[in-house]
Amino acid sequence: MTTTHDERSAAANAAAAAPRARRTRKGGDARSQRRLAALLLSPTLLVLALVIGYPVLAGFRESLFARGEGLDENGFVVEGTRFVGLDNYTAIFSGDGADAFWNAFGNTSFFTFTTVILETVIGVGMALIMHQAFRGRAFVRASILVPWAIPTAISGLLWRWIFQADGAANAVLRQQILWTADGFPAKLAVITAEVWKTSPFIGLLVLAGLQMIPRDVYEAARVDGATAFQQFRSITLPLVKPALLVAVLFRMLDVLRMFDLPAVLIGVNQDSVETLTMIAWFEASNLRYGSAAAYATILFVYIALIAYLFVKLLGADIIGEAREQTKRAERTKHADRRRKTKAVAS
Amino acid sequence: MRRIPRIGGAVVGAVLALSLAGCGGDDGDGSSGTAADTLRGRGPITLVTGKDRSGNLQKQVDGWNAEHPDEKVRIIELPDEPNEQRQQMIQNATTKSDAYTVLALDVVWTAEFAANRWLTELPEDKIDLSKMLPATIKTGRYRDRLYAVPSTSDAGMLYYREDLLEKAGISEPPKTYRQMWDACEKVKDLDEAKDIDCFFTEVNKSESMTISMVEAIGSAGGAIIGPDGKPTVNTPQAKQGLEFLVKAYQDGMMPKSAITLDTEGGRRYFQDGKLVFQRQWPYQYALANEDDGSSKVAGKFGVAPLPGPDGPGVSNLGGHNLAISAFAKNKATGLDFIRYLTGAQAQRDNLLATSKAPTVAALYDDPELVKKFPYLPVLKAAIENATPRPVTVKYGDVTAAIQEAGYSAVTGDAPVDKALADLQGELGTLTSQQ
Repeated sequence: MTTTHDERSAAANAAAAAPRARRTRKGGDARSQRRLAALLLSPTLLVLALVIGYPVLAGFRESLFARGEGLDENGFVVEGTRFVGLDNYTAIFSGDGADAFWNAFGNTSFFTFTTVILETVIGVGMALIMHQAFRGRAFVRASILVPWAIPTAISGLLWRWIFQADGAANAVLRQQILWTADGFPAKLAVITAEVWKTSPFIGLLVLAGLQMIPRDVYEAARVDGATAFQQFRSITLPLVKPALLVAVLFRMLDVLRMFDLPAVLIGVNQDSVETLTMIAWFEASNLRYGSAAAYATILFVYIALIAYLFVKLLGADIIGEAREQTKRAERTKHADRRRKTKAVAS
Repeated sequence: MRRIPRIGGAVVGAVLALSLAGCGGDDGDGSSGTAADTLRGRGPITLVTGKDRSGNLQKQVDGWNAEHPDEKVRIIELPDEPNEQRQQMIQNATTKSDAYTVLALDVVWTAEFAANRWLTELPEDKIDLSKMLPATIKTGRYRDRLYAVPSTSDAGMLYYREDLLEKAGISEPPKTYRQMWDACEKVKDLDEAKDIDCFFTEVNKSESMTISMVEAIGSAGGAIIGPDGKPTVNTPQAKQGLEFLVKAYQDGMMPKSAITLDTEGGRRYFQDGKLVFQRQWPYQYALANEDDGSSKVAGKFGVAPLPGPDGPGVSNLGGHNLAISAFAKNKATGLDFIRYLTGAQAQRDNLLATSKAPTVAALYDDPELVKKFPYLPVLKAAIENATPRPVTVKYGDVTAAIQEAGYSAVTGDAPVDKALADLQGELGTLTSQQ
């Protein structure tokens, strides 16, 4: 998620810098303009390098070390760090930790896959409802957004009361399902709570996309005799796609690092809901910072890979160029922007 | 608003903490001197503890501050969750900060904190330990050296429905499991006890499972980690202990929802009148006796020591100890303050205000206190006979392994033999360096 943020702010800065450059250096050559742009951007890049680049690199460096192993004859922990190379990683993939890692990896991926699909379907539905003109629309919009406004830990507690053995879920289902014990029902409980909480987020972004579709497109479609479903398939969905893909990407990156919901709802050390962040947390809380950093690095790479594939394969338009309606910009947006700047300059 | 990326935050935090720790330089041999040398300096100090719910701690600190205007104590309250308290104390220690002086440690953290040189060794001759219950003092020691002074204690007791036992013609609480099951069968024959569950001890996959395991295995005469620091769950006693938990759950003595109930969940279950016998901490006594309608069993229950296979069982020892951070200034004041807070008068006040179990033995026999807290004699016996959770530097890993083994056995995922064999192997690795 951090990546998308940065690209956005970087892009915003670039956009802001370009006109300024144009004004101040009218007639100057493209080279000096580029230099100025770099100069103006450098504080931002410096801050980004400090707050994002450094921790990532330092985290990676940490993952190559081990500390506090073993006790001396007086019972004190031997101090100092030891370079262990990739041992922390090999321990994760092949050592004692392999089962726990693949279990957490599977859980993380499973939660991502299921919740994002459900959220997308429900979120689009919510957006379509919120988009309709009807009495009390403001009230419906506000109430749909309530779950998103509740802090995750609080909604985790809330759902724990619902899912406890004598809670509302079992009362409604008239069954004795042990949702909060370690088992498959726990997975369902986490998915339910997560979808409840985050569908409004997708709904909100999709609603923003819907409101940018001109009304007359629908009027024309109605004149041509298109059914509601045809309108949805041929107009709404394609036009709302850029906004939807950004929403889905955000959700994916968010759910891949899910921690507090399963931790509060079911508890830590529960195999059925343990995610990669929870293992990293467990390692860190037991003072194995090297191993924790290794888990965090693996998760970082996994998230980066998913984001990259998503952008590549689906062409998610993360910097919001939809407004400019340039579809091809998605594939080569950086080159494109450079070309445009050049064109303006000359 | 978007939330702060958590991993990023964690990584930044961890990295900052570590790089700061790295800058601290090499002064790791502060512990080699004798205890008396290191306890120097007078002046303002801090007391780091969990939430002070009753406000009594502040009152006690105010009393100290009034008498020691130059050595004032400031309370630093940490989050409620014990694990978060531990995290913050560790963070303070790894950055070698002098912000924390006196630490209120959970009894199970002593070994880890002491082994990492985060605590100052305390001089036994300057603290009056003779008045305290011996079991509680053990929790403040690591490798025969004193690092913390017990300030509160805690032990599990058997809560039982006096009214139902009486109706079933049973005059005294059970001392053995057999007696408990028999009593339960008789109670269940009563009309009003048809849908009642027999027994509950916490077996959800959390720290509570470790406590239940310690008690069950201890009651059978075994231990999870022996006195020499080696795991001993490959013994017949350990097997008998775990089998008690497994059978109680599998044979329906416990409610099916037991694997999801935490301490508070168990309390609600008992207060709803759905249990004949329950293993629970003393704090439930006052709450279950509330006559405001929140408890259906007010005045209908009694407490007794935990039963065991052939006689009284063994309880787990809980509570908090006070220790001095190795990186603090004004340690002499810290020691005086610990003596003040663990003294008989302060503990008496604390018991009256918070109902937290004291560590001073005489308080349990004080007639005035016993009148107010009728369970004190039972609790004293339970503490005297209690056993601490495994004393190990890698407590976090050890307890996670115990929880895994106990939970998989109780839920039937693994046979008792296999669960214990796996646990023995894992604990062997975790304790091999001790």
